[in-house]
Amino acid sequence: MIELIYLTVLLPLLGFIINGVFGSKIKNEKVIGIIGSSTIGLSFIITVLAFFETLSLPTENREHIIELFTWLKVGGLDIHIAYQVDQLSLVMALVVTGVGFIIHVYSMGYMHGDKSYWRYFAYLNLFIFAMMNLILADNFVLLFLGWEGVGLCSYLLIGFWYEKKFEKSTTSEAGKKAFIVNRIGDFGFLLGIFLIYLTFGSLNFGEVFARAGAPGIPESTFNYIALFLFIGAVGKSAQLPLYTWLPDAMAGPTPVSALIHAATMVTAGVYMVARCSIIFVSAPAILTVVAVIGAATALFAATIALVQNDIKKVLAYSTISQLGYMFLALGVGAFSAGIFHLMTHAFFKALLFLGAGSIIHAMHGEQNIQNYGGLKKYLPTTFATFLIASLAISGIPLLSGFFSKDEILWFSFANGNVLYWGIGAFTALLTAFYMFRLVYLTFMGKERIAKDKHPHESPKVMTIPLIILGVLSAIGGFIGIPALFSGESGNKFEHWLEPIFKNAGNKLAIYQTHSHSTEIILMIISVVLAITGIMVARNIYLKNPSFADKMKNRFNGVYKILWNKYFVDEFYDRLIVRPIYRFSESVLWKITDAKIIDGVVDGTASLVNSISEKIRKFENGVAQFYALIMTVGVAIALFWIIFSL
Amino acid sequence: MESNTILTILLFIPVLGAILLLFFNKKNENLIRYFGLTVSVIVFILSLILYFNFNVENGDFQFLYKFKWISNLNISFFVGLDGMSMLLLLLTTFITPLTLISSWSSIKKNVKEFTFFMLLLETGIIGVFISLDLFLFYIFWELMLIPMYFIIGIWGGKKRIYASIKFFIYTMAGSLLMLVAIIWLAIYASTSLGHLSTDIIELYKVGPAIPESIQLYMFLAFALSFAIKIPLFPFHTWLPDAHTEAPTAGSVILAAVLLKMGTYGLIRFNLPLFPQASIYFAPFISVLAVIGIIYGALVAMVQKDMKRLVAYSSVAHLGFVVLGIFAMTTESLQGAIIQMVNHGLSTGALFLLVGIIYERTHTREISDYGGIAKIVPIFSFALLFASLSSIGLPGLNGFVGEFLILLGSFKSPVLNSWIYTVFATSGIIFAAIYMLWMYQRIVFGKVTNPALEGLKDMNKREMFVLTPIFIFIVWIGIYPSTFLNVSQKSTQKVIEQVFYHQNVTIK
Repeated sequence: MIELIYLTVLLPLLGFIINGVFGSKIKNEKVIGIIGSSTIGLSFIITVLAFFETLSLPTENREHIIELFTWLKVGGLDIHIAYQVDQLSLVMALVVTGVGFIIHVYSMGYMHGDKSYWRYFAYLNLFIFAMMNLILADNFVLLFLGWEGVGLCSYLLIGFWYEKKFEKSTTSEAGKKAFIVNRIGDFGFLLGIFLIYLTFGSLNFGEVFARAGAPGIPESTFNYIALFLFIGAVGKSAQLPLYTWLPDAMAGPTPVSALIHAATMVTAGVYMVARCSIIFVSAPAILTVVAVIGAATALFAATIALVQNDIKKVLAYSTISQLGYMFLALGVGAFSAGIFHLMTHAFFKALLFLGAGSIIHAMHGEQNIQNYGGLKKYLPTTFATFLIASLAISGIPLLSGFFSKDEILWFSFANGNVLYWGIGAFTALLTAFYMFRLVYLTFMGKERIAKDKHPHESPKVMTIPLIILGVLSAIGGFIGIPALFSGESGNKFEHWLEPIFKNAGNKLAIYQTHSHSTEIILMIISVVLAITGIMVARNIYLKNPSFADKMKNRFNGVYKILWNKYFVDEFYDRLIVRPIYRFSESVLWKITDAKIIDGVVDGTASLVNSISEKIRKFENGVAQFYALIMTVGVAIALFWIIFSL
Repeated sequence: MESNTILTILLFIPVLGAILLLFFNKKNENLIRYFGLTVSVIVFILSLILYFNFNVENGDFQFLYKFKWISNLNISFFVGLDGMSMLLLLLTTFITPLTLISSWSSIKKNVKEFTFFMLLLETGIIGVFISLDLFLFYIFWELMLIPMYFIIGIWGGKKRIYASIKFFIYTMAGSLLMLVAIIWLAIYASTSLGHLSTDIIELYKVGPAIPESIQLYMFLAFALSFAIKIPLFPFHTWLPDAHTEAPTAGSVILAAVLLKMGTYGLIRFNLPLFPQASIYFAPFISVLAVIGIIYGALVAMVQKDMKRLVAYSSVAHLGFVVLGIFAMTTESLQGAIIQMVNHGLSTGALFLLVGIIYERTHTREISDYGGIAKIVPIFSFALLFASLSSIGLPGLNGFVGEFLILLGSFKSPVLNSWIYTVFATSGIIFAAIYMLWMYQRIVFGKVTNPALEGLKDMNKREMFVLTPIFIFIVWIGIYPSTFLNVSQKSTQKVIEQVFYHQNVTIK
């Protein structure tokens, strides 16, 4: 099945073409939905089979490259459409096709009755196509194709309901913002690719990483490459300072938020940095930047999530914050911990978004959690699964998020410093708080539902996906049980990825020995923090609702800043967007083009005109005048000839 | 020998068709349209025959055909093709029939004259791309101005007279200096060859031997003429006017093919004839190219007229091409050549689309639109597709060209600095801004203008025009080898010629 891995790319493309071309004529929702979902389902099956085949091979034979054809061959550049099947790409492919398939099925219920049902499934398939290219590519250019491709699908799906208003503006405005902010990241990514080509003479992973591992290349070059690549990752994975597009991306249909803006696309930056681990460990300064940005984003986004009232907004900021954790992990050299959290996060965050979708569906589009309350009895399945996911993200022991988040916290302490750990742990407290603020305001307490809304549980096609993801969120962490508990066999997940990060790990060589007792103490602290967060949320939002308002009034300044997301959007708008626009319009277009350049052009024309007017006076038709001029001319010519001899 | 005359036959078929057209009855408009189309399709088929007989492994000129024309000045009718001109010939013969079909219903007055000028224009353009004699080149270069002048001046918009005269004077001003340089070059050649020469294969040997101080002037005389045609910042202000006022077919030909004559000239003449001067000026011209990329994009962003927006986007796109040329690496030059084709396809498609919607609404103001996705879904899709191609989305054509150009300019030993590429790459951000913003304002949102209700979607003829262009947009995006291989050897030859006389090391 490894040789057939390209089918996991082509099947979604086929689905896109069928639904894209014939979808509007098929009209039958079931047919469209089944076409769209089955292509991803088949891709998932192929991936699973390829995974087990790889698993059966000895460790040193687990990397395969499946080549299709030559794409760009110019000068020293030799780029193929070729897919790399190895431990890392298989993990990613399992997540993308697996979670992708579940979300496709869920969408069949969620999008029921939408007039552009076919278009939705076409875009969703196109997204999986691009995402598979991104994670299976064996070179930077193909990765970049997927990278921009997912950005396009994100753009199309955010603006899917293009007639709809979104907050103060429109959904298509939000889509455009996402694309453009991503392109700012891509600008960095491209420069990184160019510098890689200049440095290593190739853009194929195998060659680049082999040469990067060899000595002889100055650290400053690595610093530049890593910095440029990281700019790309910051854009795609919504980190400071390029995160602003992700909250707006919530304008899209909720399953899209689950798939693209939580589980898969936004983790592409994490994947890319992990893939280039050897480059990043060769640039220690930038590795620190990665850790700092990750930690800062984790905390920053979590503070905003504390006060938001839109259920999807809370989850969006939570995603940004969790992505920050992943970058923190990468930044301290714990690459497999980063990927592990990427996977568990895909489970529980997809589940949270799908749960939110189920709630929004039940509430006929209402997204304000202040207008929810007591939904538990109407939406039992949604509640149960949402609760599991919330416990998982909060890091309650034995659930998936506990293992992955704790691994990150541990490594940020062991490989990094107390500050990283402190920020991570404090963010964990905030996470538990805002998640359970959400849970309590939504499912428990007094009903604050508008009279015209009649909440009801979603159909099976939506709840079964919730249950599957609920199971994954609960037990998904067991494949990455730390060596601390599993003893001899060690961390299975880390062991599986070990060959990928071996070279980076050797080069980094910062693993300090810490005692197991330190690890246990830190773990206990983080669990206590999580439970504290939950309990505080419970005390405020369940027991003492007026307390929230009191706090709001007491710390009005802080609240306003958080509510307005630190005014970052406004800041960008005033300081960058508008000045560029005004400068382009008035200085470049209306002055440089219209006045200066055209002034010269038109001026030359009128100058010629006026000179000819004057010269014309010489042609007055008086023969004597001509004779005079001629005589003078001859005289001058004679003088010139004589004196120059 | 047979295929050698094909090239000449191909060159003169359009003009022959134009002459025959004079005997047609003016009122038989459809017959005239079909006749013009048939002629241009024959030319396209002939160019395909040439393509299939073209040897991509050979970097020299092929299908040579030469006879003494003005013998006492040693001027010949001398034509031939190398990889680059093969691609541009194909682009020209491919686009011309499509523009004729696109004008089927938009050109209503003087159909006969219109078709006449379009065919004349085709011969002029083909002549420019295949001439291997400088004097012959110059004749075609000037010849093609005349039909274009009339096409803008007769079938154009409200300010067509201003636009056509501006176009004419701008280009004439540039080409006069070139004529002086050509004459000087022919005379200079006689000192080493023993006879006057305008044969560029001979001149390729003479040019690099010219003392650098004189080369610099020669280079500038040629470059100015080409810079205006491209147009390179700051010689670009004729373009928005010409594009905006020209009828759709004129805009398409102008964008798709005419602008390429400037960049073609740089590669065909400036680089190989004046290699030392080219390297000397490379940083200066690259700075202008990079300014053009950013300037064009920023000014495009604030335009309120669709055609003007697309016109300014051309300034940015051609900036990429010029940067690729003067970075002088295999990657960047190959990128520049493929980008010339790409720009022809995507900007051609954009102008066709603007023309299609303009024909229905008679407005090009972006603010008059909004929410048409629901009313004209096929058009909206086509516009998205062309826009994505234009902003260089990977998987479509534009990416291949831009990527190669930027990659090549980054490692260029001639430019020897990242700074050009860093600024040029920022152009991809602005491209996304102006294109997607225009798209959003035209297609998305709610319909606010009642005049848009009941708008008819693209008809079969219009789809027929765009489909082949879209096929090539995808083809070049996914399998560019088909096209890159054609120009590969001739690109190498240009690079070798430039660096043969230099002390610069090629990486």
